[in-house]
Amino acid sequence: MAGMEDLYKEIIMDHYRSPRNRGELLSPPATRTEGFNPLCGDEIVVYLIVEDGVLTDIKMTGQGCSISQASASLMSAAVKGKPLSDVRERIDTFKALMTVHEAALDGEASDAVDLRRLGELAALQGVVKFPVRIKCATLAWNTLIQGLEEISPT
Amino acid sequence: MSGYDPALVRADFPLLSRVIHDHPIAYLDSGATSISPASVITAMSHYYENSHANVHRAVYVTAEEATATYEGARRRVGRFIGAPHPDEEVVFTKNATEAFNLFVKSWGASQLRPGDVVVLSEMEHHANIVPWFQLRDQIGIEIRFIPVSDDFRLDLSGLDELLVGAKVVSVTGMSNVLGTINPVRELADRAHAVGAILVVDAAQSVAHSVTNVVEMGADAIMFSAHKMLGPTGLGVLWVRREILSAMPPFLGGGGMIADVTLEGFTAASGVTRFEAGTPPIAEAAGLSAAVDYLEKLGMAAIADHEAQLTGHTLERLATEFAGRVRILGPSTLEKRGGVISLDVEGVHPHDLAQVLDQFGVCVRPGHHCAKPLMRRFGVVATARVSFGPYSTLGDLDALFDGLHHAVGVFG
Repeated sequence: MAGMEDLYKEIIMDHYRSPRNRGELLSPPATRTEGFNPLCGDEIVVYLIVEDGVLTDIKMTGQGCSISQASASLMSAAVKGKPLSDVRERIDTFKALMTVHEAALDGEASDAVDLRRLGELAALQGVVKFPVRIKCATLAWNTLIQGLEEISPT
Repeated sequence: MSGYDPALVRADFPLLSRVIHDHPIAYLDSGATSISPASVITAMSHYYENSHANVHRAVYVTAEEATATYEGARRRVGRFIGAPHPDEEVVFTKNATEAFNLFVKSWGASQLRPGDVVVLSEMEHHANIVPWFQLRDQIGIEIRFIPVSDDFRLDLSGLDELLVGAKVVSVTGMSNVLGTINPVRELADRAHAVGAILVVDAAQSVAHSVTNVVEMGADAIMFSAHKMLGPTGLGVLWVRREILSAMPPFLGGGGMIADVTLEGFTAASGVTRFEAGTPPIAEAAGLSAAVDYLEKLGMAAIADHEAQLTGHTLERLATEFAGRVRILGPSTLEKRGGVISLDVEGVHPHDLAQVLDQFGVCVRPGHHCAKPLMRRFGVVATARVSFGPYSTLGDLDALFDGLHHAVGVFG
């Protein structure tokens, strides 16, 4: 049985209580993208600045539960200052982490995701044991993807 | 309260024997859906095991039993809400939301003209907002909202102006977020005085207090079986006979016609013209049993029991969480039902509900399909506690254990 300690890890509580990169950026030049979780009403706004293929700055505002807020904060720390190719790789890794749900429910470590490459993001691994909360964790990431699409459509 | 023993009531509900995370389940989400007593489940099994046949057509024994079960449910639920003519006024739908859609798309689209006014309230469920918006976008009606005051009541001070040009007032009998019980009779009288009809969303109130459509002065009401101890997949629309007779059919297909030729069709008369296709027959059997069960307990006794639990909860919140927990709803028992929305400082409703789950406590986090009301009070979500006839003080002890723990973890 998945316990609370799987979900509310120390790193998650830290990012929830002291969110990184919180605030707004002047838009323009920054892009401003809104995200909504229609199930619970959580909202997020992601501001991005990309210069010469590098995500030089990211800021976020919004309201949400500890999982959505911590995931947003962890995301911002993981992608800020990174070339877009690295940012996309992080996004892919995170998506893989959120889709290994069946394996995680069986209590098996996932082979699909190399946790060592995730750094602090690995703290979000426990979320997949609480399927309803996956949407909380992915809100910021989906909004980031949408923002990047606006900057450089793939 | 004499004669009402919640422990005995509990024993009738198989689901309540479940153990969740090593705790007995404390089901406090009856506002979302209620759970069913064994008699409801048995009634549905009985249909499948003995009388599983389609209704209204075949003449063999099981088919006649199925028809009797289905039409019997129409009369049973009609009597339960005090309908003067159940056979001609009770329409079965998929749920209360479909009942609203049926009414708006049939009555609204055929009777309203561009510029006609529809009066709703700020505390409505999306089911009583979105269909009206759809109709507005289609034919150009005007929609106005009765505001909600800071003390969580309908603010009727400007009602006379809101009612100018109104053809329909459609409000909830009891808010699914605030627990507020609205003055339906007064609204009916004032709507009728300007020639408007009154529609009541009875989804939250129907299982928790006596419903009588005549005493309410309502012209149409909607509710769903699953919020009154019955099964999912069945809703009820009651419309006063004189109004229903002018309503065109909703969905087209089998069962709703008098005749079909290669040139066109003639709709059936009566309520069946709104019930295209094979209806939810087993669910109707379940609803009959649910109504039997509710009446056996007594609606007044249920209301008393739930009021006692509500009062107890409000008291404990005030003494144990003063300043930490804001209640979105009336703080006294006056004109309020057993739905309590909590905004706990520093604890998001999702996190609170997750912690409570570890205590076996089922509450609902979210916007409760009432986003305009959430915005009105500056929150994105609340954690909602709601009672049923089977709720006990033991459920509340589990709730408060969980609340203290959550505040400890997140506070």
